[in-house]
Amino acid sequence: MAAAESYPDDLLYHREHDWARVEDGEAVLGITWYAQDALGELVHFEPPEAGASVAKDGIYGEVESVKAVSDLVSPLSGEVVEVNQKIVDAPETVNDDPYGEGWLVRIRLSDPSEADGLLNLEAYKALLAEQ
Amino acid sequence: MTYAALTDADREAMLDTIGVSSIDELFRDIPAGVRLDRPLDLGEPLTEQEIVERLEELAARNVHAGEELSFVGAGVYDHYVPAVVDYILQRGEFLTAYTPYQPELSQGVLQAIFEYQTVVCELTGMDVSNASGYDGTTVAADACYVAKHATGRSKIVLAETVNPQVRQVVRTYAPGFGMEVVDVPHRDGVTDPEEFRAAAEGAACAIFQQPNFFGCLEPAPQLAAAANDAEALAVAHVDPISLGVLEAPGNYGCAIAIGEGQSAGNPLSFGGPHYGFIAAREEFTRRMPGRIVGETTDVHGQRGYVLTLQTREQHIRREKATSNITTNQTLLALGGLIYLCWLGPEGLREVGETCMALAEHAKERLDLPLLFPEQATFKEFAVRVGRQALDAIRDARTHGVNPGYPLGRDYPEMDDAILVAVTERRTIDDIDRLVEALGE
Amino acid sequence: MKLVFEKSRPGRRAGRIPRPAELSPPTVPGELRRERPARLPELPEVELVRHFTELTSRNFGIDTGFYPLGSCTMKYNPRVNERVAALPGFRDLHPHQDEDGAQGALELMHDLQEILAEVTGLHAVSLQPAAGSQGELTGLMLMRAYFADRGESEQRRSVVVADTAHGTNPASVTMGGYELRKVSTDARGNIDLDDLRSKVDDSTAGLMLTNPSTLGLFDENIEEISKLFHDAGALLYYDGANLNAVCGISRPGDMGFDIVHINLHKTFSQPHGGGGPGGGPIAVREHLEPFLPVPAVVRDGDRFRLDYDRPKSIGKVRAFTGPFGVFVRSYAFILAWGRELRGMSEDAVLNANYLLARLKHAYDLPFDRLCMHEFVLSGRKLKREHGVTTFDVAKRLMDYGFHPPTVYFPLVVPEALMIEPTETETKETLDAFAEAMLAIAREAAEEPETVKSAPHSRAVGRLDEVKAAKRAIVRYRFEEHPDLSGEPVAPAQAEAPKGV
Repeated sequence: MAAAESYPDDLLYHREHDWARVEDGEAVLGITWYAQDALGELVHFEPPEAGASVAKDGIYGEVESVKAVSDLVSPLSGEVVEVNQKIVDAPETVNDDPYGEGWLVRIRLSDPSEADGLLNLEAYKALLAEQ
Repeated sequence: MTYAALTDADREAMLDTIGVSSIDELFRDIPAGVRLDRPLDLGEPLTEQEIVERLEELAARNVHAGEELSFVGAGVYDHYVPAVVDYILQRGEFLTAYTPYQPELSQGVLQAIFEYQTVVCELTGMDVSNASGYDGTTVAADACYVAKHATGRSKIVLAETVNPQVRQVVRTYAPGFGMEVVDVPHRDGVTDPEEFRAAAEGAACAIFQQPNFFGCLEPAPQLAAAANDAEALAVAHVDPISLGVLEAPGNYGCAIAIGEGQSAGNPLSFGGPHYGFIAAREEFTRRMPGRIVGETTDVHGQRGYVLTLQTREQHIRREKATSNITTNQTLLALGGLIYLCWLGPEGLREVGETCMALAEHAKERLDLPLLFPEQATFKEFAVRVGRQALDAIRDARTHGVNPGYPLGRDYPEMDDAILVAVTERRTIDDIDRLVEALGE
Repeated sequence: MKLVFEKSRPGRRAGRIPRPAELSPPTVPGELRRERPARLPELPEVELVRHFTELTSRNFGIDTGFYPLGSCTMKYNPRVNERVAALPGFRDLHPHQDEDGAQGALELMHDLQEILAEVTGLHAVSLQPAAGSQGELTGLMLMRAYFADRGESEQRRSVVVADTAHGTNPASVTMGGYELRKVSTDARGNIDLDDLRSKVDDSTAGLMLTNPSTLGLFDENIEEISKLFHDAGALLYYDGANLNAVCGISRPGDMGFDIVHINLHKTFSQPHGGGGPGGGPIAVREHLEPFLPVPAVVRDGDRFRLDYDRPKSIGKVRAFTGPFGVFVRSYAFILAWGRELRGMSEDAVLNANYLLARLKHAYDLPFDRLCMHEFVLSGRKLKREHGVTTFDVAKRLMDYGFHPPTVYFPLVVPEALMIEPTETETKETLDAFAEAMLAIAREAAEEPETVKSAPHSRAVGRLDEVKAAKRAIVRYRFEEHPDLSGEPVAPAQAEAPKGV
């Protein structure tokens, strides 16, 4: 069941439609409702390996629907500490619950100050309005 | 204008609807400087009858397999193609369809490709096959591209006993892939597993052929094990017609099986169009090149088929695609499917056994030294004629027998050797004629 | 319907193989011997013929009906071409036959090379590439070899591709070892020249361009584009997918292109066979000839031969000299038109513009110009106003008896419908298709559910592509059907035959 459009205000957003939830020097990453809606039902998640390092604005994996492939852009730099195995097994979970069960990876931040450069809800909504 | 469908009255009416006064005006966006201001320098248009006459005249100047008793193989073989293959492939619903982008109108081709993929997987002992590659040479390059991305390595190991055309094509492709090629020389007509293992160290893939270009049976399980030891993908280039009697590459540890499909269901056709096949273990599914058909259901719950895993392909993944291939060889692959269904498992074993038995008989009857006397062979073997092979072939052809392929063309040191191919279409009497012709 | 494997019963068979009784059975070395036979189906020949005949009844080809698939040039495939390709002198000719025994085949190829050189306005042709995408890659290999020969291979790293290009272009760029630079399209549907100028410099190896583009539009600035690349020392590659628009009207060589591939299965009527075979010969300017694949087919007086002595050649890109059977068909097709070949392109462009004129008021037209051999409409308005997508329109066209156009391509047009009628269709067929498209536009407003649930008249309804991708069942799972081990099963309910 696809989720209804929503954008939580406790997240930080990247202009490529990725989100980060920052807590205690770590961040959980995912893609926004807008991104999953544009892709359609996801059928594949190509995750990074645990321990891999990711750079802010760098690509850490891929998600696929039947008709499209999308790079996953990391909003922040760090090291992958956990991959959401549930998405590997059932990628459509992202469509069902993009901000909850549908998270993709958890990273340990190497530079928490980078978060200052990300978009807040208001700024992301302004970006969406231009699309 | 044989194939024009419009009348002058149609054209007038259509120009009127468009709102232009002439055909020329339709081309007004083409700058004057790049327009052709003269008729093309081609011949007078021909009628159908005249076309047939011209083509018959050209065809008559070729010496085809029905006019000369031929033992030429070396990669393309004169196996029997049954009438049902020709009949089905000429049905317009298959012949004149495009790639099955619209599955509701293309269940026939889609199901047939699914059946073809199944047959290729069964023959090779693999988990996934695509809908075909161009031919037996380009699928080798495809395998290298898969291996490069699967291993992150850039070395290709090629046994010298692999068909020289396959090796040439891999060499042509390799620089663009950022890969380099290392050859492993043959030892008495086959590949030494130890040398193969040493070469495969740090390689993306290691490719051998079974039976090899000389017709010899390679120690294939040991070669696959050698590649696996070095953590290179073991790639076997196999002849489908041999797979009723010879073990499937998937059953002795290969990662990828490739081959030229022509021997199973395609005419000689001066080298093409034929089909190449590529099949792999399941873990490489997402790295496979080209079209793949998958099973699904429709809105009513009926089983049906679609092109699937398309995010691998150029039209979606573009510069990151697993290959640029689009048009493949579907119709020829369907010829292969129909042929293999016509044979069935018993027939496939029998055709292999007949070829092999006839080839053994020819070896015995020919009073000539074998080039590689220690090796077992399948349907092809090399003999030494004690003089320039080209001279021996020329002389034999004056007796209406083409005894085989001169190996010196690819291996200069073998200029006294002829590679003799014996398919099930040759008879014991034919072999008698071969013996006579080479004995002259 | 059942799969061929589900119709198999042990002990049945179609083909029989000669088994010379006087020969002893061969011995295969133990560890090389096949342990378990491949599970090929076992059927009598009549069941085999019925199986594949039933499959054909579930398929749509040009012989079935109108097939306006954009950029695929689905024109009539003359039957005589099949007859001549099956002449024993062609069909049963071994590719290792020596040159004396293959003079007719070599002459045919040489003739075809000369014809393609004339049509493209270039100097030399290699027939070897197996399809358009292999022609592209071969062209990029030629660029590599050419720049290496000039000592510029380190310098020339990038290839420019338009954002309207087929996916094969960027995929070929990567496989050819080049970096991709994308250039955008301007408001008239031409290449954006300002964007282009910023992407061409002395690190550019070349441009890959389809002209007319996949929008069906001829680039009005082609002379300036050519000059820009040539001034930078780079080469121009012409993707011949749309050559059907310009034969005898404008030649790629005259436009400034240095390398061209020709899709024999589009412009020159090789049947597409449900996915292939194709043919992708390439034509080049004189300075690139030394790099063409070997062997070259050359003429010495009244004799033809294969020339391998080309030290600068890139090598071979496929076996032998190319897909010869395709050459026979395309050669026969071109003989029928001869010097009047221009008429083919004229009618193709006329047919496309006529359909465009009839449809442009019911659908959105992103670039309001005359088109060449194809045009692109957008279903944006239907989607916005009625929730009916281009996908729905395509499926509904099937109910009217037509193959849909190419959809959702090119990517620069949302809800794209790319329509290419070809020259072999009558005005009545075009009118019937136009009426169907107009009727669907009305249905979208009046009874959208009919369109959104189409097709209603085919052997299967809409298929679940998500399920296919997730399950990835790409071969028959024998293990899930143990009933096929030889035990007879209850006869299936007779299925009423349905149209495709």
